[in-house]
Amino acid sequence: MGAIANFLHAIPLELIIIQTINGVVTGMILALIASGLTLIFGIMDVVNFAHGELFMLGAYVGVVIVAVTGSFWLGLIASALIVGIFGAALQIVTLRPLIGRDPLNTILATFGISLVLQNYALWQFGPVSRKIPDPMSSSFTLFYLQYPWYRIVIALLSAAIIGGFYLFLKYSKFGVWIRATAQDRVMAQAMGIPVPLVYTGVFAIGSAMAAASGVLFAPTTGVDHSMGLDWVLKAFIVVVVGGMGNLGGSILAAIFISLLESYAAIWLDPSQAVIVSFVALILTLLFRPTGLFVATPK
Amino acid sequence: MSVSADSTEPLVRVDDVHTYYGKSHILHGVSLTVQPGEVVGLLGRNGVGKSTTLKTIMGLVNPSHGTVLLDGNAITGLPPHRLARLGIGYVPEDRRIFRLLTVMENLRTGLDRGGVNEDRRRALLEKVFTYFPVLAERRSQAGGTLSGGEQQMLAIARAMMLEPKIILLDEPTEGLMPRMVSQIRRIIEVLHNDGVAILLVEQNVPLTLEASQRVYVMEKGSVRHHCAASEIDVHHPVIKQYLGL
Repeated sequence: MGAIANFLHAIPLELIIIQTINGVVTGMILALIASGLTLIFGIMDVVNFAHGELFMLGAYVGVVIVAVTGSFWLGLIASALIVGIFGAALQIVTLRPLIGRDPLNTILATFGISLVLQNYALWQFGPVSRKIPDPMSSSFTLFYLQYPWYRIVIALLSAAIIGGFYLFLKYSKFGVWIRATAQDRVMAQAMGIPVPLVYTGVFAIGSAMAAASGVLFAPTTGVDHSMGLDWVLKAFIVVVVGGMGNLGGSILAAIFISLLESYAAIWLDPSQAVIVSFVALILTLLFRPTGLFVATPK
Repeated sequence: MSVSADSTEPLVRVDDVHTYYGKSHILHGVSLTVQPGEVVGLLGRNGVGKSTTLKTIMGLVNPSHGTVLLDGNAITGLPPHRLARLGIGYVPEDRRIFRLLTVMENLRTGLDRGGVNEDRRRALLEKVFTYFPVLAERRSQAGGTLSGGEQQMLAIARAMMLEPKIILLDEPTEGLMPRMVSQIRRIIEVLHNDGVAILLVEQNVPLTLEASQRVYVMEKGSVRHHCAASEIDVHHPVIKQYLGL
């Protein structure tokens, strides 16, 4: 025990605080991506392999709009709207005809969409990574770091979007429709709820949330055609760890997984820290297959 | 016009409907009618196709042959949500309330539709809360926490939110205490007085004969007997033959 205490004492407190903030910031972006993914799965039983590409597409739409208008915030809103509408069209054209088919069909369809979108982005924008300029360049002193305010804003905005979405689900008419459909789609139809419209709406909302996170994230790194891959992989881990289709669980899992990776990065190279997420995924699947934050398995 | 003596157009007409589940042939040419405001009983043993008949009317299963008409218009093949808006309420056998939604949200699934203004909403809610005061008490409780009888009331109240012309009521008294059964019996009466037609599937033969104007008796996926409810009682040979009572 003494050895462990000594070992923990050896980690500077500043580092732990910095990594906690980093973990929460990435966790909030991840939560924003994963909530769309888990919602689409929970309601439509569709495992959306194209979710990372909607994130990427959102970032590119952001790049274009910010370049044209010069306004980051306009880019954020417009990208969410445009990709949301695009998502609705995509669902109507490719997924709606597959309703009632084997889930493998929808997996192949969304995988196909992801390849098409990636290659379209490569063809349209080229292999060189694009950049969205930081909407705010100020920073604050965090121990020995100059920590950009923008990263804090990302976390707050993601939380606000998720919070707004929660209120929408809880109180709006469409939100009640979504929750009723998630529980019993046959009975929802028998109550006059237009379930095909709910499906399209849910896919559009999930796409818009992915696009918003793409734009929010873009200034911290760059935008390229393969940027969705990393994130969608992590989002899938989060969705499984949080319990497939469980929105609250996904949000907690996103923060949990990001914190784990953040802390692991104290000792490991950040690219190896991903291993911790996979360990969490495997342990969850072995011992709590319904999700880490689900109280009682049904 | 076949069996019915009325000259009016029936509210619901099921005409020679055949329904399959996969390869098994469930309904072998079912025909029946329900007049506006009429309570019609559908009797028969388990597995003769009573529930499937209701599901076929609701559009939850599509008949391979035959038509269903509502107000004289063919509705076969329309999606269930359209039929709900056209005036068919459905109370399934297992109630199927939305367990994670509150009582109020369960009611909202039927209430949140075009053309219901604030006054109408309030009047509709007031009506069900008068009939089912327990639902008013528990309006912010999750549906899954209600007792079986309360869930049945919620299922009926939820269907009433659609202001339907007809309610398809599948075994509403199954598994309920006698006190609850008489409450369900009363609500059927109330709906009838409001002019709502009911197609009632029940195992409780005395209740069905008492509540209905006409009854159909089914066996092996088709209607074998049809008469006014007042013409027979539980001791009638037809009941003995098809229900084994």
